[in-house]
Amino acid sequence: MTSRIEAAFARARAEDRGVLGVFVSAGDPDRETSGAILDALVEAKVDMIELGMPFSDPMADGPAIQAASLRALKGGMTLAGTLEMARAFRTHHPDTPLVLMGYYNPIYIYGVEAFLADAVAAGVDGLIVVDLPPEEDDELYLPAREAGLDFIRLVTPTSDAVRLPVVLGTASGFVYYVAITGITGTRSAAADSISAAYSRISAATDLPIVTGFGIRTPEQAGEAASLSDGAVIGSAIVDIIADNLGDDGRGTPETVSKIAAFVGELASGVAAAGRRG
Amino acid sequence: MTDINLNSLRNQPDERGRFGMHGGRFVAETLMPLILQVESAYKAAQSDAEFASELDYYQTHYVGRPSPLYFAERLTAHFGGAKLYLKRDELNHTGAHKINNVLGQALLAKRMGKTRIIAETGAGQHGVATATACALFDMECEVFMGEEDVRRQKPNVDRMRLLGAKVHPVTSGTGTLKDAMNEALRYWVANAETHFYIIGTVAGPHPYPQMVRDFQSVIGREARQQIMDAEGRLPDTIVACIGGGSNAMGLFHPFLDDESVRIIGVEAAGKGIPSGLHAASLTGGTPGVLHGNRTYLLQDDDGQIIDAHSISAGLDYPGIGPEHSWLHDMKRVEYVSATDEEALDAFQLCSRLEGIIPALEPSHALAFVGTIIGDMDRDQILILNMCGRGDKDLGAVLPMLEERGKL
Repeated sequence: MTSRIEAAFARARAEDRGVLGVFVSAGDPDRETSGAILDALVEAKVDMIELGMPFSDPMADGPAIQAASLRALKGGMTLAGTLEMARAFRTHHPDTPLVLMGYYNPIYIYGVEAFLADAVAAGVDGLIVVDLPPEEDDELYLPAREAGLDFIRLVTPTSDAVRLPVVLGTASGFVYYVAITGITGTRSAAADSISAAYSRISAATDLPIVTGFGIRTPEQAGEAASLSDGAVIGSAIVDIIADNLGDDGRGTPETVSKIAAFVGELASGVAAAGRRG
Repeated sequence: MTDINLNSLRNQPDERGRFGMHGGRFVAETLMPLILQVESAYKAAQSDAEFASELDYYQTHYVGRPSPLYFAERLTAHFGGAKLYLKRDELNHTGAHKINNVLGQALLAKRMGKTRIIAETGAGQHGVATATACALFDMECEVFMGEEDVRRQKPNVDRMRLLGAKVHPVTSGTGTLKDAMNEALRYWVANAETHFYIIGTVAGPHPYPQMVRDFQSVIGREARQQIMDAEGRLPDTIVACIGGGSNAMGLFHPFLDDESVRIIGVEAAGKGIPSGLHAASLTGGTPGVLHGNRTYLLQDDDGQIIDAHSISAGLDYPGIGPEHSWLHDMKRVEYVSATDEEALDAFQLCSRLEGIIPALEPSHALAFVGTIIGDMDRDQILILNMCGRGDKDLGAVLPMLEERGKL
């Protein structure tokens, strides 16, 4: 059976372009607006959604996503709430892949078994858990694969010839190339470094490779998506939320419409760039 | 005969960095190659006599080790019970035990060819020790410190600046040690190829908890020898305060297999455990994963970390080293707590009776000692780790003592 993730990459390939993935924190800035944002992303032709599981101490994230996480938590978001949002999303959007992204502790406290059962039931396709390297595979990776979820590995500029096979050996779904040595949203990678990384990683895996961290504009998204198999944009989206809050700290109709407009530009940027890889 | 005793409590962690279920390597992939490099460099250093002798040289001639084991006669008389000995690590150069570990890691960084150093600090003692070592070994030093701690530990901020370090005030979260550690890790992720991160306590991803413990164990090894010399026998009880737990692990580790020795760690109870405003991860927390390791944490039922509270910036951390969590689970070490007010009283008591101004951190340990030592026999022996001196705390403590009419 073809997974939603595989199907999304196949659709993009058929259109001769990379995939466009977008990251938002579940419940940012409030649950209702967050749900509306997810709907708007699908409408704006996002290929894949990474839904952040808010955590109080996101140690791989820059200021934008830290703030998003805290807004969501302040608005009462929990891991149970995130799973509920995923379930609601899936009832309306049968085809868009949904990947949960975050840190291990909330999952550990929820209980790995219960989390996996609820994630599968909610229609989640994969997991990205930043602080679980292959050395800790028995914590979540093995049971997640058993439960049928893809477990997406992060490859970084520090992944050398020794490390790459360790990371890719058990990767599934797709590979997330962290284009910069750094935290989310802080700086951008040069085109030639993405190209070089793409050749290095694709020589070691058959999985599609998406590029993320530090992509902020439609041009950068197009470039990254064309040089690899897709691009993920997070901080730039989350910044729009931060800049369009009501006086009560909740979302406004503008929050959603501005994100929709920006994501439309990203999608055009990715489509226009085609594929050079 | 092999030299590994399978029943020993001193052989942890395992090759995955686990102390029972605690410890491990829960870090972002960007950091994994580095953590593995640190681990293999540390292994190589451990079996290198030259590394040991270089560290020993600086411990002796620069830090002033061994630190004395001092019989606190007036405190002993005051409490009217067991003999109280103070392990005087507050006399070390830079005024706390932190330098023991920093020198070890700085020499390791030097071996690895790294000349740019990152550190986090709470009370500022680890930051000062790191800035000191960086001055000594001609390394660049950047210290991350919560802005709340920058305010309450200003003398240490000034010392770091004078020593040539750059201090980054951290505004995220509550602006205390937890946030400083998040920010130091973020900075390390961004500068992974060039920088060495000197973690200040027995926490973080493997091999840090083991490495920091090994470097701090000089405290316990000396104390063990010194008490044998002074009294001809082992102590009945040893006590240390715990934030992350490095001074405690350093004192405890050489005594773990001595079944006759009662071992007690004192956490910061802040305004009292029931108030929720405390830093007692073992007394009031549950196991979770933060900052690279699994350990007891202060957290809510959604796995979100709760801010710690303590009068002492050095204990103001919502986690604890994983080896302590393991020793707690197996009940080898008793973990108790003392409140802000109790620590303040002990701070003043020690100053008045012994002419030793203790840091607020060991004042917590002394406060707890005051509740048990009077009930011990007069021929019994208790060792308390006086892990830091209180000069840094005067700015925070004096107004509180004045407010309470105690000065």
